[in-house]
Amino acid sequence: MSTETVISVRDLWKVFGHKADRVPRSDELKALTRRELIERTGCTAAVREVSFDVAPGEVFVVMGLSGSGKSTLVRCLTRLVEPTAGQVVFEGEDILGAGKRRLRDLRRHKFSMVFQNFGLLPYRQVIDNVAYGLEIRGASKAERLRRAREVIDLVGLEGYEHSYPDQLSGGMQQRVGLARALAVDPDVLYFDEPFSALDPLIRRDMQNEVIRLHREVGKTMVFITHDLNEALRLGDRILIMRDGRQVQCGTGDELVGAPADDYVRDFVRDVPRASVLTLRWVMRQPRPDDVLDGPELGPEVVIRDAVRTVLAADRPVKVVRDGTLLGVVTAEEILTVVTDVEAVA
Amino acid sequence: MATTTVGLQRTWRRPGKPVLVAAVLLAWVLIWVPARGVHTLGLSPADLTPLHHWLNDVNDTVGANRDSSPFFLYFFNEIRAAVDSLVTFLQDLIAQPSYGRPVPVLGWLGVVAVVAYVSWVFAGWKPALLAAAGFVFFGLQGLWEESMDTLALTLGAVVISLLIGIPLGIWAGLSDRFHKLVTPVLDFMQTMPTFVYLAPLTLLFLIGPASATIATLIYAMPPAIRLTAHGIRSVPRSAVEASESLGATGRQKLTGVLLPLSKGTIVLGVNQTIMAALSMVTIAALIDAPGLGKTVIKALQTLDVGTAFNAGLAIVVMAVVLDRVTTAAGNRVRQTGRAARFRRPLLAVFGVVAAVCAYLSHTYYWAAEFPDDVTIGGTLAKSADSVALWAQQDLSTATEAIKNAITYALLNPLEALLVESPWWLVGAVAVLLAALLGTVRSVITTAACVALLIGTGLWQDSMTTLAMTIVATAMVMLLGVAVGVWMGRNRFADRIIRPVLDAGQTMPAFVYLVPFLALFSATRFTAIVAAVVFAAPVAIKIVADGVRAIPAATAESATAAGSSAWQMITKVQLPMARPSLTLAANQGLIYVLSMVVVGGLVGAGALGYDVVAGFSQGQLYGKGLAAGAAIVLLGIMLDRIARASSPSKGSN
Ligand SMILES: Nc1ncnc2c1ncn2[C@@H]1O[C@H](COP(=O)(O)OP(=O)(O)OP(=O)(O)O)[C@@H](O)[C@H]1O
Ligand SMILES: [Mg+2]
Repeated sequence: MSTETVISVRDLWKVFGHKADRVPRSDELKALTRRELIERTGCTAAVREVSFDVAPGEVFVVMGLSGSGKSTLVRCLTRLVEPTAGQVVFEGEDILGAGKRRLRDLRRHKFSMVFQNFGLLPYRQVIDNVAYGLEIRGASKAERLRRAREVIDLVGLEGYEHSYPDQLSGGMQQRVGLARALAVDPDVLYFDEPFSALDPLIRRDMQNEVIRLHREVGKTMVFITHDLNEALRLGDRILIMRDGRQVQCGTGDELVGAPADDYVRDFVRDVPRASVLTLRWVMRQPRPDDVLDGPELGPEVVIRDAVRTVLAADRPVKVVRDGTLLGVVTAEEILTVVTDVEAVA
Repeated sequence: MATTTVGLQRTWRRPGKPVLVAAVLLAWVLIWVPARGVHTLGLSPADLTPLHHWLNDVNDTVGANRDSSPFFLYFFNEIRAAVDSLVTFLQDLIAQPSYGRPVPVLGWLGVVAVVAYVSWVFAGWKPALLAAAGFVFFGLQGLWEESMDTLALTLGAVVISLLIGIPLGIWAGLSDRFHKLVTPVLDFMQTMPTFVYLAPLTLLFLIGPASATIATLIYAMPPAIRLTAHGIRSVPRSAVEASESLGATGRQKLTGVLLPLSKGTIVLGVNQTIMAALSMVTIAALIDAPGLGKTVIKALQTLDVGTAFNAGLAIVVMAVVLDRVTTAAGNRVRQTGRAARFRRPLLAVFGVVAAVCAYLSHTYYWAAEFPDDVTIGGTLAKSADSVALWAQQDLSTATEAIKNAITYALLNPLEALLVESPWWLVGAVAVLLAALLGTVRSVITTAACVALLIGTGLWQDSMTTLAMTIVATAMVMLLGVAVGVWMGRNRFADRIIRPVLDAGQTMPAFVYLVPFLALFSATRFTAIVAAVVFAAPVAIKIVADGVRAIPAATAESATAAGSSAWQMITKVQLPMARPSLTLAANQGLIYVLSMVVVGGLVGAGALGYDVVAGFSQGQLYGKGLAAGAAIVLLGIMLDRIARASSPSKGSN
């Protein structure tokens, strides 16, 4: 088993419709846009030729507008939707080749999912909802309840064990969903727009919750969202999708600093750049007249955090990694970013 | 350029469907005048065609081979025996003297106690009290044994319906393919008048409780299948997906998610199955099913209004009790959807009480046989008789006036037109109408139905039944539009009227005949009025819902444009509710047809009479069977033409 990647996706296709499998096989059909494909064949290509790797402990975010194929993609990873073509390797095992029983085992032990609409069972109390996954895999009642209590505490639902879902607010219901996914102690958690149905304040709370949980339990996470700010807050790396295709995959500052095309540029236009971009993106080569004895900062320091130092220094700030001078930053570069959101490209 | 030409062509080549339909009808009348009375294919009540003889022979052959042919020995007879033993068991339990005792296993006290207890457990206090009161009332009416027979048959049919229907429903809920397969079958079963199930079944299962139960369960099963499938299909996708994502097996998904989340809908299906079963069990009295229905039919046939009223009332009470209890149970499941744990001790206490009552009623005569000295059935019957007498004497001017107005103004002319027209003329008109309103397929269906109707040898009787059906449907639509629009426009009216309609819909078809028999005595008109009352609730509700469903913005903009209430109704609400109107006409038609046929019992004659006579007289058996087929054919033909004229399905 490779320690480098948990999930490795290669040339993944999902086409809905009649005789869908001919699409990925034909170079001609592959080249069509989504709309042309629907007109020609009646098939919808929800996911087209997507490839990426997810490292252990990473939070990998998939982002795109509505209809771009995010939900379909994440469901392909667990085969809730059967992929049309391609490869999904999970901890070294090609899960597209897994039999029914093996797939069930994987779902019971290796990965679990949190849904946009929670998917709770209304006739069960919180604790039984949380224990549902353990019940399915046949754990004893005592064991189930013990573990369920543990995760209920972990997500901050103590005291609500015996409530029914419809007695809880949306945010709390999603905590139940989260607890249910955590209860089976999976290696990977999949989130399909888990917070889109919540109002902004609660959404922020829940994002913090995920960040905290990630810190505490260190699970690998694949997180779907259409909200760029959410993606930037949570994601170690972000994959941007459009009409089923992947447009760009990289860290937040890579997307903002070097958007692959106008679609991505449009996406990141309103991002407060100073809080995403690092010095790496604004530093310039030292000029002969620069005085190089100012303060030093690393290249991964976010601009917002560097503002004070740079403005306070009366000479250029040096950007240094491992003792090597990479470049310098002065008030001029910083101010361009802070004042003009459009300038840097 | 091109568009203008098309536009022009349209304006001069198509005079519009209403005009064409009117032209066809006018032509019919014009040809009718000279052609009147020829080729009418009349057949007097005692005459038989070769087909009828042949069907009689089939019946005889089947009768002769019933105990030798393997088909019967190992299949139909087995089924009959199984159903029979279930029904007999239930009858022994609550209705008939059994196991060498002069009384059933459970006497009245035990039944009342058990029914109340079960109602309390599943539905709550109020339904339990209602149930107890209702059941005691059967005893007071002097109809304990008949009521229990009806209940036993209903329960037997319901148990089998659910045992088969719910699994089929689950299958239809899970499999798209099976769902596609059964939906048209269920649709078809529901368009068949209850009556016509009976005859063919007697061929296979003889006359008696077994046939009655089988007819009933066939009629009562569709709602169970439909609503179970619907419930399973409407379980939120997210809950199913969540359970799949946790690695649930198919069975775990079914028992953990699908069934619990569709329980409310399934209980609704149980309710509808029970109501349908009760309705059919009473009608199945025609093939000798014991119980209240038999009392009603005997009384109807001897025009004994008092007795019919008493037994009809018992049927109504039973319908109300069963409906209230199952509806309350359903609401409870839907609203809480969780086990109530608060009353364990009470549960035990009342359970013991019920058991003690059951024991007493098993052991002591006073608790077994309902005391006769307190019955009020005779009084009820007598009062009903005197009301009927008073109605017939003192109201006769009014009732006669209504009856005559409708009979002479509508019914007689229409019947003359249909019955006295040559068969080819009516056939041509039907096919032309189908062609004008529908597609090639409706033309073919209609032509086939006409041909087959002629084949049954009962053309003229069919035309008489058709005339009554059309008149009754017209009246239903009149009521449907008037009351439906009122309810659609006025929330208050809706709130008052809707419960009445709902209650009306749960009543077995049969009981509607009784009051109108009292008012109008045994005539075609009685059957028509009963049919109108029976079918109106459906039509009214559909129209009301259609009017209500018109987007508020549309109505508002019409009001803003200064429409009067009348303009609003005729220019906006009725045109926009047109799909509902068509649906209402279609449903109304089917209900009317089934009731007009039942009206054969009270002097409506025609096909209904042929069917009933077929049950009672051996030599008319084949004719009755053919009449049943004719009813189905009429139903299909009317359904097709009505459906074809619906805007959603029509050609352009
Ligand atoms: N079961 C299905 N059958 C046919 N087409 C489907 C199916 N599921 C999804 N699609 C289509 O695939 C495309 C991608 O859908 P998907 O739900 O994956 O998008 P999404 O990015 O998750 O959108 P959203 O943000 O709205 O959830 C859409 O065009 C959708 O219509
Ligand atoms: Mg989605």
